[in-house]
Amino acid sequence: MSVLLQMTGIVKEFPGVRALDGVDLDVRAGEVHCLLGQNGAGKSTLIKVLSGFHQPDAGTITWEGEPAPLSTPAKAIERGVGTIYQELDLVPHLDVAENIFLGHEVSVGGFTQRGRAHQQARELLDRLGHPEISPTRVVGDLSPAKQQIVSMARALSRDTRLLILDEPSAVLDQGEVENLFRVIHDLTRDGVAVIYISHRLEEIRQIGDRITVLKDGRTVATGLAVQETPTAELIRLMTGRSIEYVFPPRPDTALDRGAAVLEVRDLALAGVFTGVDLTVHAGEIVGFAGLVGAGRSEIIETVYGARRATGGTVTVDGKRLRRGSVAAAVRAGVGLAPEERKSQGLLLDQAVYANITVSSMSRFARLGFLDRGEERRQSQELTSSLDVRPDGVTRAVRTLSGGNQQKVVLARWLMRDCRVLLLDEPTRGVDVGARSEIYQLIRSLADRGVAVVVVSSEIEEVLGLADRVLVVREGVVVHESAATAIDEAEVLDLVMEGKVPA
Amino acid sequence: MSQDSVRVERAALETSREESRFRAVMNSSVGRNSGLVIALLIVCIVGAATAGDRFTSTDNALTILRLAATTGVVSIGMTFVIIGGGIDLSVGAIVALSSVWCTTIATQQLAEDTHWLWMVAVALLVGAGCGLVNGILIAYGNVVAFIATLAMLASARGLAEIISDKKTQILGANGIDVKGFKDFFTADILGVDVQIWLFALVAVAGWVLLNRTTFGRRTVAVGGNPEAARLAGINVRRHTVYLYVLIGVCCGIAALMLVAKTTTGSSTHGTGYELDAIAAVVIGGTLLTGGRGTIVGTVLGVLIFSTLSIIFTLNNRSFSEQSLLKGAIIVAAVLLQQRLASRSST
Repeated sequence: MSVLLQMTGIVKEFPGVRALDGVDLDVRAGEVHCLLGQNGAGKSTLIKVLSGFHQPDAGTITWEGEPAPLSTPAKAIERGVGTIYQELDLVPHLDVAENIFLGHEVSVGGFTQRGRAHQQARELLDRLGHPEISPTRVVGDLSPAKQQIVSMARALSRDTRLLILDEPSAVLDQGEVENLFRVIHDLTRDGVAVIYISHRLEEIRQIGDRITVLKDGRTVATGLAVQETPTAELIRLMTGRSIEYVFPPRPDTALDRGAAVLEVRDLALAGVFTGVDLTVHAGEIVGFAGLVGAGRSEIIETVYGARRATGGTVTVDGKRLRRGSVAAAVRAGVGLAPEERKSQGLLLDQAVYANITVSSMSRFARLGFLDRGEERRQSQELTSSLDVRPDGVTRAVRTLSGGNQQKVVLARWLMRDCRVLLLDEPTRGVDVGARSEIYQLIRSLADRGVAVVVVSSEIEEVLGLADRVLVVREGVVVHESAATAIDEAEVLDLVMEGKVPA
Repeated sequence: MSQDSVRVERAALETSREESRFRAVMNSSVGRNSGLVIALLIVCIVGAATAGDRFTSTDNALTILRLAATTGVVSIGMTFVIIGGGIDLSVGAIVALSSVWCTTIATQQLAEDTHWLWMVAVALLVGAGCGLVNGILIAYGNVVAFIATLAMLASARGLAEIISDKKTQILGANGIDVKGFKDFFTADILGVDVQIWLFALVAVAGWVLLNRTTFGRRTVAVGGNPEAARLAGINVRRHTVYLYVLIGVCCGIAALMLVAKTTTGSSTHGTGYELDAIAAVVIGGTLLTGGRGTIVGTVLGVLIFSTLSIIFTLNNRSFSEQSLLKGAIIVAAVLLQQRLASRSST
């Protein structure tokens, strides 16, 4: 296979940060090159250099042996670089076909040709295994998984020779990941090179050819053959430590299960889910497993009052909550760590302490005046005990990594001594090292008597972390049992209708 | 952990400490507004150079502050609304309506021997009422702030015209104890007009409210990320209503100041206030998208504009030239801000 792209000694500095500090990378045509590294290792910056958004301060980039400065996004696209970002970059109000051909519309003399655009869009979507997405659908109405398909169709609509996928599986469930892998296989067979970024090692085993590991902005290993490199070695390279994330042991809940704290009866949200019953006891972790879009997030958002239930009741400590009222839920001691941490959870430009105290402000107020010293002191205590790094509660939350941002969200609810904690995808975008810490933290919360509900797309996570598991399919709870009474294959069988467990 | 990484971490800690000290200075009101202070100084130097003693006199300083006071009060309210993610185009019209309504009360025969504080109450209530309508439409009616306040702009001024029959209402001899009202609002304390003190009072109160209270913290949260604020348990809608009521009250105060200054109430009072206030807030560094802004910046913004006006007047330049320059300054300030913002965020 010929070398398509070669990067040598790439350095990129931002004020105060050396984001890339000598990155080497060579990508061959027709291979899947996996990029591994913890959050902050420089993967995102590297992608932005490749797509022409950032100019490196030092180092060389060659494309098929020729020096090729990728000085603007347009130049990178011209070379054939297509990027699927983690945070999708589609125009929500335009339809699917318009998004696919944005910037290179199918047109004659300035007039767009909708018919031809739709037909070509349909061909691309077929090729990606999603003929059910209509080219005329408005993109904002599609699920994140389908939006990602549209994004890929957009990359393929140009003559893409290098496709960069930044954590594509984060918004996908198991079945969709398999479809993604099939598409990637087709592409590499046609000679397209793929750079694949993921935190999930098992995916890399399945799809990757070679691996490059980044750490602290440097390439620490490159060209590792996927099949011959043991997991322990990869984790050692990424972390400098030799640990794998492990789930904390479960206490013997059968013996000392606390009182029922959260009771949900026959909860329904028209068109999304119906008849959900759920009881969570003090000190218990209940996990929701299911496909993306099965209604798991909607269920806990409805419990929290962020969506107004169309039927059923939610009671906390025997007190019934008013429907559709977040304030009532928060008063009753319910906390939510939402799925989209950045857009739903955090005030990114605000200081860490302001993010922690935002839900318990009245505790720090006398006649409306805030005692900021006390806010900072108590927040500092929490961030220290949670080991939030870097230390310091006055820095803006934006400057923290994903795992540390998640700890800030958890700290917010710790500050309130909440009774029920609803966690939606608590480890999304959190690196391997920080994951075990988050798991430990969730377990220790439960041990303090909090009733915890966890939603996760990773079956392994639900089974490893929770005491009890509920499996949701198309808005209905189809299974409930102790987490130890069911295995991954059985859950998979339950959530994917008609499929045999692997 | 290896020694190397310990060393690296320690070094990182030290740089982050230095960084945070630097950041603390830059984040303080003084640091963030240093550009505006310099701009105001430059404007003053230009004033002194072109108008000499007439500019540098104490009297002139008071004139500038007097000019700044009325729009200044409105701009403080506007700062809150804009930080909270909204906009209010109706402030000028609310000022007009408040001025007309309270002078109507004052000139009615049956109001004879009533205390002038009733005028104050009426002006503030009319302002708060208009703000309440704006706020409810925006927060609970899901009307875009731009449209809701645009509608208020039209209807409040229309109502003011109806009430006053398009006539300027002059505070006369009969009716409310007008003398007491005028005496209060046009007096001076320590040689400085009450109106200037009022502006100072509103600004200080605004600063405390924004920086030291739950109300201020919620305003920033609501403007910075309404969804996150809602999920954190803040009643975003109710808070939005409060913000518009707040700016309405500010308009009421401004109306009283205008009525006292001109001894009239008129449906043409406050024309163009919305633009002056938004301009002052924006050049003061408040993000139009919400979530970030300072009272100090707004005060400096108001002072820069009023100082410029005085310089133009002293040099016998036309109002049109003034407007032209004002526009240029707004554009320059926003361009500068964007460059600074992009530098600090990367």
